Amino acid sequence: MTVTDTSTRVATPSTVIDGVGASATRPDGVPKADGSFVYSSDEYHDGSLWGVTLRSPHPRARILGIDTSRAEGLDGVRCVLTHRDVPGSATYGMKIYDQPVLAFDEVRYQGEPVAVVAATHPEIARRACELVAVEYEELVPNTDPERSLTGTVEGLPGGGLARHVRIRHGDVGAARARADVVIEGRWEMGTQDPAFLGPESGLAVPLGDGGVELYVSCQNLHLDQQQVADCLGLPLDKVRLVLSGVGGAFGGKEDLNVHIHACMLALRTGRPVRMVYSREESFFGHVHRHPAIADIELGATRDGRLVFTKVRLVLDGGAYTSTSQVVIANGCYFAAGAYHVVDVEIDGYATYTNNPPCGAMRGFGAVQSCYAIESAMDRLAAELDLHPLELRMRNAIGEGDVLPTGQPVDGPAPVQEILSYLRDLPLPPDSDHFAADMRARPGGVGNVTRGEGIRRGVGYALGMKAIGFSGGMDDTCTARVTVWIRDGEPVAEVYCAGPELGQGVVTLEAQIARTELGVRTVELRDKDTDIAESGASSASRQSWMTAGAVAGACGLVRDEILARAAAVLGRFDGELTLDGPEIRGRDGRPLVSVADVLGPESVSHAFTYRHRPTEPVDDERGQGNAHVAFAYAAHRAVVDVDVELGLVRVVEMATAQDVGKAMNPVAVEGQIEGGTVQGLGLAVMEELQITDGRIRNPSFTDYLIPTMLDVPPMPMKIFEFPHPDAPYGLNGVGEPPNLSSTPAILNALRQATGLELPRAPVRPADLISPTAPGDGGAGLARADQQGDPR
Amino acid sequence: MDNLGRDSAVLRPSSWRGAVLLRSEYPDASPICGGTDLMVDINFARARPSGLLDLTSVQGIDSWELTDGGRTVRIGAGVSFTTIIEKLSGVCPALAQAARTVGSPQIRNRGTVAGNLATASPAGDSHPVLMACWARVEVESVRGPRLIDIDDFFVGPKRSALAPDELIRAVLIPAATGAQQFAKVGPRNAMVIATTSFALNLDVAGRRVGTGIGSAGPTPLRARAAEQMLEEAMADRWDEPGTVDESLARRFGALVAEAASPIDDVRGSAEYRRHALAVLGRRCLTWALADLSREAAA
Ligand SMILES: Cc1cc2nc3c(=O)[nH]c(=O)nc-3n(C[C@H](O)[C@H](O)[C@H](O)COP(=O)(O)OP(=O)(O)OC[C@H]3O[C@@H](n4cnc5c(N)ncnc54)[C@H](O)[C@@H]3O)c2cc1C
Repeated sequence: MTVTDTSTRVATPSTVIDGVGASATRPDGVPKADGSFVYSSDEYHDGSLWGVTLRSPHPRARILGIDTSRAEGLDGVRCVLTHRDVPGSATYGMKIYDQPVLAFDEVRYQGEPVAVVAATHPEIARRACELVAVEYEELVPNTDPERSLTGTVEGLPGGGLARHVRIRHGDVGAARARADVVIEGRWEMGTQDPAFLGPESGLAVPLGDGGVELYVSCQNLHLDQQQVADCLGLPLDKVRLVLSGVGGAFGGKEDLNVHIHACMLALRTGRPVRMVYSREESFFGHVHRHPAIADIELGATRDGRLVFTKVRLVLDGGAYTSTSQVVIANGCYFAAGAYHVVDVEIDGYATYTNNPPCGAMRGFGAVQSCYAIESAMDRLAAELDLHPLELRMRNAIGEGDVLPTGQPVDGPAPVQEILSYLRDLPLPPDSDHFAADMRARPGGVGNVTRGEGIRRGVGYALGMKAIGFSGGMDDTCTARVTVWIRDGEPVAEVYCAGPELGQGVVTLEAQIARTELGVRTVELRDKDTDIAESGASSASRQSWMTAGAVAGACGLVRDEILARAAAVLGRFDGELTLDGPEIRGRDGRPLVSVADVLGPESVSHAFTYRHRPTEPVDDERGQGNAHVAFAYAAHRAVVDVDVELGLVRVVEMATAQDVGKAMNPVAVEGQIEGGTVQGLGLAVMEELQITDGRIRNPSFTDYLIPTMLDVPPMPMKIFEFPHPDAPYGLNGVGEPPNLSSTPAILNALRQATGLELPRAPVRPADLISPTAPGDGGAGLARADQQGDPR
Repeated sequence: MDNLGRDSAVLRPSSWRGAVLLRSEYPDASPICGGTDLMVDINFARARPSGLLDLTSVQGIDSWELTDGGRTVRIGAGVSFTTIIEKLSGVCPALAQAARTVGSPQIRNRGTVAGNLATASPAGDSHPVLMACWARVEVESVRGPRLIDIDDFFVGPKRSALAPDELIRAVLIPAATGAQQFAKVGPRNAMVIATTSFALNLDVAGRRVGTGIGSAGPTPLRARAAEQMLEEAMADRWDEPGTVDESLARRFGALVAEAASPIDDVRGSAEYRRHALAVLGRRCLTWALADLSREAAA
């Protein structure tokens, strides 16, 4: 077969409807809106039992004994399982197997699973759980990460230290002498919850051959399959996972939840078993965003050039490892921000405690470090008497600059363009709080102010993060594309295991097939483990990886169709192009239809995509070309604060981001809005309150996420600087808007109140200004009075 | 089997008399109006009633009327917060304002003042207004009907004077004759449980000041000292309130804060609640007096 440049063989865009770059509608959009979409909690099978989990009420206790007899005696109960019943590995985990399937010696966090029950009705199963007698000897929980990082706490793995990451670049000691100005500070962040609306749930169906099929909502079918099979003591081919409807994940569904339990119950009873966590249970059933303590020291010259950056970052991972070692690494990689600075010292610690386990969540460590460095940058700007945007523009990283890990930034780094958009965008008008609808005021419908105590603030923040898996991981995604003829027209089927979490990867799969093959009809096959892996829908990587795999498979299919056509026509296939139902010659004339070429046959190819190779960083100095690609975003937040009551109304969140190529512009906007809002929540309301290892607000009554009335207009600029290594030039989109949103709001609140606000999220009491005028609004402070950066 | 996990009854009386009889016959069945409290408790397995006594089909339960020569509004137990906002913002402005802050549109379409009262949460948003307006709760059992003064209704956190066999039939609220305000503080701009709240009723016809404090004590509270102080200050200016006196507003706010006995919890600290009440007391009085002056001038 002749080798040809594929680009000449792609169908002409004019004939493609809803291809790459179009705002094609989601295939699951209407079903989700009209209620017919099947979420994992809706999965149903005739004769299914219900599984319920018994969890530890204590953050730390020794298990002295478990007596299940009374529970087993309850009418309707089919089985009660404990650690003694785990058939295979007693532990599982994404990186290390350290989390018990069911607790065996000690419970290490409140809510840790201890037993599971299958019964004919969920309420019977719940009551049976209450009848399981667990004898605990309560132990004093270790909940202080500062103690844990010493690595000397008894009763914690590694003495409490999960990982220490060191990054050393240049010479901070020598650089300090060159700094005219040095600022330092400590910034803390509480625990955010992913707060997805679709709770953990699934259906396990026992198979005749001793295997099991699991319909579940998750972020990585194959990694889950491996862990489930290991814990069930089954070979991989006896454990089949099918992606069920996922109602949001944000990282919180990367770790296993109902998986092994539902399968154990199904295999033991020989009946299908459904499990659905209640809302309260869900708060104990998934990992959270690591709470953080960051100490930062920045040195700069008088004219505002960064001279050195020194960061100490502590992330508490709680009771089990999950992805903590990787989260801390990612937090450290970007702890110096999106700035060019040569002399850098970063120390990051991930700790173990008896707090709830933390793991992946949108932004993956970079949210915490972005919040800290962007807070520090504003403090530095104040010290230098520079506009915060000006300081950022003077130090913004650019193509060719070297990161603290020694890796040069390649690929587009349009940080100046991003910041310039925010600089040039007019500020929203001052609100007339007396006339305006109360919904536009801090406190909203609570009717607490008519302008009294309100001050306006404007804040900026910039964020940067790696896209894809870093550190030398050989990370693949496989797709299979099949084309056949139906009613005289070619139809394509795309099959790829990359989980759809709501981000829209299924829309992209179809868009790519339409663009590459010119077909009108694309069918998407259920996502399961019968095909090779796709990797996780995480790290903003799935569009990139899936696009590579689907486009690759389409290319193979197209090549084969053209080769077959060439054989039929007696021509070189290099002369031919595929254009929907037709195959055309050099002059564009249709020569033969695809239907005539294929007849009743189908053409099917799989393709495995790999991103460019990376390498791990070394332990001593944290140096190495660890990253596939980088993405950048920035926000300008405008806030109104009632400084007497400490209530906030975010007035506007302007943002700009480089996405490489907007594969589906509406989906991109949705991701940017969603990420921005999740960051807004983390700035002003979202915190899992944990005291002595206990979660005090495990409900949507008290774990607050933004409502429509908390979400402001979001003017945005989407830049498309094609990324050279990526399919279609795209870049990851999902996480970057989550980084800079939170610190932009904090910086705006700081500007409005004059307070240091060293902790996010801020609570109303934190925002009460000691000098609050209570002057009926006459003191409405105009924000932009520190000198215009233009 | 129903979703409570066993054979349980749903009783749906169509008459009030029938409801009262069923209440005493099936004491373990929970009354249900909007279900916006009860169903949450059931879903969280905090309540496991043996049955439900559904009041929504009781004839007339969802209606309201002006009685007592137009001086009192009688609001049936089945009247939703949405109806209160849409129909009663003229006669019960503070109640309508409080209703506006409850939950989301869906919750307001279902939730009722009667359910709010029976739950008797210190954070129930209608409560401060009912206190400020000296409302009375009309209840009935097979033993007969009675009226409970709002000051006697709340006896502890989530505990009320309602007897186990009694049902709430209606709430009686004097129609507004002056200016009323309700304000609620929470860290989210909608659909939030009150961190604290305050209601104020300047009853011009009765020459009285009514107050109510929410989420700052085991029960809703009345700021008596603040009421008295303001009644004295208003004694000679009810009909011509004049301009708002800043120092009066501040003193009033301070007395409101003093009347509270808040605790620290996940929704806020005792200190913050007191502080916020002082601000709300001051602002509500300022707005109410401004409204009165505007009316007096008109
Ligand atoms: C998402 C959400 C948001 C909410 N937000 C708020 C808020 O902002 N502010 C607020 O105050 N509340 C809020 N609530 C709570 C709830 O909506 C209110 O308390 C509402 O007033 C309850 O009324 P209901 O008719 O739905 O009561 P139901 O749930 O039907 O009943 C509540 C209780 O009262 C009893 N009961 C009901 N009717 C009678 C009767 N006629 N006689 C005797 N007993 C009776 C029931 O047995 C039950 O114990 C919220 C609830 C939800 C789910």
